[in-house]
Amino acid sequence: MEVRPEVLFILLGAAILTFLPRVIPLMILSRFELPEWAERWLSFVPIAVMAALIGQELFLHNGEWIPIGSNLNLLAAIPAFIVAIQTRSLLLTVVTGVLSLMLLRLWL
Amino acid sequence: MSSETRSIPAGEKLAEQDSFLQGVKDCVPTLLGYLSIGLAAGVVQKTAGLTITEIALLSLLLYAGSAQFIFAGMIAAGSSPAAIIFTIFFVNLRHLLLSASLSPYFRHLSVWRNMWVGSLLTDETFGVAIQQAVTRKKLGERWMHGLNVTAYLNWLIANLAGAMLANWISNPEQYGLGFALPAMFIGLLVLSILGRGKLKLDIAIALIAAAVAIGSALLFSGSMGIIIATIVASTIGMAVDKRWK
Repeated sequence: MEVRPEVLFILLGAAILTFLPRVIPLMILSRFELPEWAERWLSFVPIAVMAALIGQELFLHNGEWIPIGSNLNLLAAIPAFIVAIQTRSLLLTVVTGVLSLMLLRLWL
Repeated sequence: MSSETRSIPAGEKLAEQDSFLQGVKDCVPTLLGYLSIGLAAGVVQKTAGLTITEIALLSLLLYAGSAQFIFAGMIAAGSSPAAIIFTIFFVNLRHLLLSASLSPYFRHLSVWRNMWVGSLLTDETFGVAIQQAVTRKKLGERWMHGLNVTAYLNWLIANLAGAMLANWISNPEQYGLGFALPAMFIGLLVLSILGRGKLKLDIAIALIAAAVAIGSALLFSGSMGIIIATIVASTIGMAVDKRWK
């Protein structure tokens, strides 16, 4: 049950600075009506964030571009997208994606 | 839930949607994705020389996947405390956008209750919550806690399991499990877009966001890329969207 003081110090500093951006907008912005343009802007944030995360996950590995010809992630994403659109089920999408990549690794 | 066919009074339905248990249930589809990442994080943190207690504290207090990978890597590399704290702060700045985006749905709560709602906010719980929000004006506090706490415990368990597994496996991603996370985001993205009725615009915005995220990740860093992509794509969306009421 060992915790080194220096690790704890860094951990607490990082935890506080991670906590604040999580809670401050919810605490402040929920108090008043945002202007129309701001709500419109925020309505695109979820799609932009998800798409940005997907883009990086599919095309990059450790910050490096994966050559399209050897990008199995991209191939596995195709059935995942199709299942997501057809079934609208998060769980089936995840299972499809994982199985697809597993099979692709076995075959290729 | 759309599969719910039996008719129930509006009040009861609302109460059911706002229950802690419903939040737990709505979290289930995301568990596998974060289990695999948590396992990987546990392995990495253990092999970076962190103790089990330190890993548990990281999972509970920091509670952020990429930040924990960075923490482990920078500790192992002997980086200065200031450099580690600043880097993690920067990586987690995207939570500002997620938190702001959820804020209209929690207007009915007090400032302090909103603090608790936001304290366990992650990409995954945000994705589930905002997808629920498509069909309503506000989100339930108990529902959000059910969602958040389930994800939180899953994350802790996965990290600890990964730390214990570190002695046997060095690369848990090799079995395709690493794809659970992108697949989950694919599901969340598709569900968000299909629920909004702005198909063409949303697809265009998503493609722009993905392209900018990749480009700026190659130029700067991954987390910087997410922030830049979100700001650029949302601004274009705001400017182009004419059908807003």
